[in-house]
Amino acid sequence: MKVLSKLSKRGFLNYAIVIAFYLVFQILSVTGNLSSSLSGQLIPIVAYVIMALALNLVVGISGELSLGHAGFMSVGAFTGAIVATALQASVPNGILRLVIAIIFGAIFAALMGVVIGIPVLRLNGDYLAIVTLAFGEIIKNLLNCLYVGVDGKGLHFSLTDANSMNLEADGITILNGPMGALGITKISTFTSGIILLLIVLFIIKNLVNSRTGRAIMAIRDNRIAAEATGINVTKYKLYAFVTSAALAGSAGALYALNYSTVVPKKFDFNTSILILVFVVLGGIGNMTGSIIAAAVLTILPELLRQFQDYRMLVYAIVLILVMLITNNEKARATMVMLRKKISRGKGKEAQS
Amino acid sequence: MTEKKETKLVSVPSTTMIPERDINKPLVLEAIHLGIEFGGLKAVEEFNIGIGATEIAGLIGPNGAGKTTIFNLLTKVYQPTHGMILLDGKDTAGMNTTQVNKEGIARTFQNIRLFDKLTVEENVKVGLHNHINYHVPASILRTPKYWKEEKKAHMRALELLDIFDMADMADVPAASLPYGAQRRLEIVRALATEPKLLLLDEPAAGMNPAETEELMNNIKKIRDEFQIAIMLIEHDMNLVMGICESIAVLNFGKVIAKGTPSEIQNNPQVIEAYLGSRKEEKA
Repeated sequence: MKVLSKLSKRGFLNYAIVIAFYLVFQILSVTGNLSSSLSGQLIPIVAYVIMALALNLVVGISGELSLGHAGFMSVGAFTGAIVATALQASVPNGILRLVIAIIFGAIFAALMGVVIGIPVLRLNGDYLAIVTLAFGEIIKNLLNCLYVGVDGKGLHFSLTDANSMNLEADGITILNGPMGALGITKISTFTSGIILLLIVLFIIKNLVNSRTGRAIMAIRDNRIAAEATGINVTKYKLYAFVTSAALAGSAGALYALNYSTVVPKKFDFNTSILILVFVVLGGIGNMTGSIIAAAVLTILPELLRQFQDYRMLVYAIVLILVMLITNNEKARATMVMLRKKISRGKGKEAQS
Repeated sequence: MTEKKETKLVSVPSTTMIPERDINKPLVLEAIHLGIEFGGLKAVEEFNIGIGATEIAGLIGPNGAGKTTIFNLLTKVYQPTHGMILLDGKDTAGMNTTQVNKEGIARTFQNIRLFDKLTVEENVKVGLHNHINYHVPASILRTPKYWKEEKKAHMRALELLDIFDMADMADVPAASLPYGAQRRLEIVRALATEPKLLLLDEPAAGMNPAETEELMNNIKKIRDEFQIAIMLIEHDMNLVMGICESIAVLNFGKVIAKGTPSEIQNNPQVIEAYLGSRKEEKA
């Protein structure tokens, strides 16, 4: 416990949890103790953890509500899929291609964040929630009728059907409307996902503990006082939102390149809410909580597979229990007591 | 001082708060014919004021007279519908609250507005925001510049907190401070933005006489050390009469009297505004 509190104080607890998670699953999979269904879930778990962290940056640190983060994930996923497939010939190295795809996914999602953020973040109130909700649906429907192909001449786009792209004989259809991205080569690996997750943690931690992070949290705590203290409210809200969108885009690219096909329907409103559930359950503004909640709630349905019909029931009960416990005065008091005990232990240690 | 500005002052003699003010002494703030209407209601009208570069000015008046509205006009929380505000001779028309702060007006609030979840030190560092010189890439990559600037900000924050002997509370969340300390922290945060003019909205509210006495000394100390102008709204007459060099009295959105503390104390209109006239009592 002492070690934990020390790590937490220096802000390294999150890294430690992620590395421990990686080692446990890596050892399990090397020794062959990991079920195939669970090993298939490893990359989605990492992607959802990144999504939860990204959303927590908006909900917890910046104090705005986004109901369409799956939309940014989707932009990242399909950009990543298109880039990775288009570069298949010119960049044979899988890892390098994955890195490029993730970077492009992040950039395009960030651009979307700018497009939405500039008009909406000038307003007060819950407008961001409404607009991001619409954005998620718009992106889903737009991708449902978008056709993208690649041939020797480069990328081709169409909004009607695959034939109107006029691909050459050697061309490949990458994005086939409602059927989604087809024929993706799986280049995401658990290790690369974990590295991306560590980078995301690094970015969030360093952003929050800086001049910019303080400005963002100041706006969350008191907008009027922040303005009177010389902070450009729209600018810093936009920083938080666009960073979050970019991180969501990188998670999307990682997620998409783990499958051979990805459909736009996957990133719907339910996914956005699922990510919000991770953030709320883990504790708004609590990055460690987001990591644990996202990981547990993604693994849980897999582990409960053997209960078949009762799966969703147990899932719901777990959700309710967690909410009851985290909102219970007594439970909170116990947590505070525990924390005090830990810090008292530390104090003694320092004295001796 | 430009010629243009002098003529302005001469044409509006009531601009200066102290009648015998030396007209060539630089003014940090001038409000000329300042007013705001909400719908048909004139909350403030014909507000003229001039504050010298190191003056302590008081703004008093009964509840609802429009004192805080004037602070909100000066800091552009409300955009004035009439008149103009000159800050160091520069017209602030079209500026927003953030820009006005960068130009040199900092304020505190009547109902305390701290960044509750941030620590005391972080609150002050938010005030230092525009004087910390690094950008997002430097903070993410933790370059030497980041560490240098953060260290500088840390030292400066502790220095500012020392004015009110609050340096030992630096790591406490702002929300858990006692009431008086929260008010003092607001002043420190405002000072951190390096203003030319500090607006204090009821700084002594909720303080006991001993704390008020200490606050008076601190306000004077701040003025002397930082060489800035201070304008304050306050109901505590001991404080107002004790430290203000000039006072304006506001009633129903209009200035009814201006002058030195002794002039205000003997002004029949002021007495009437505060205590009511005989006629009204009968009716």
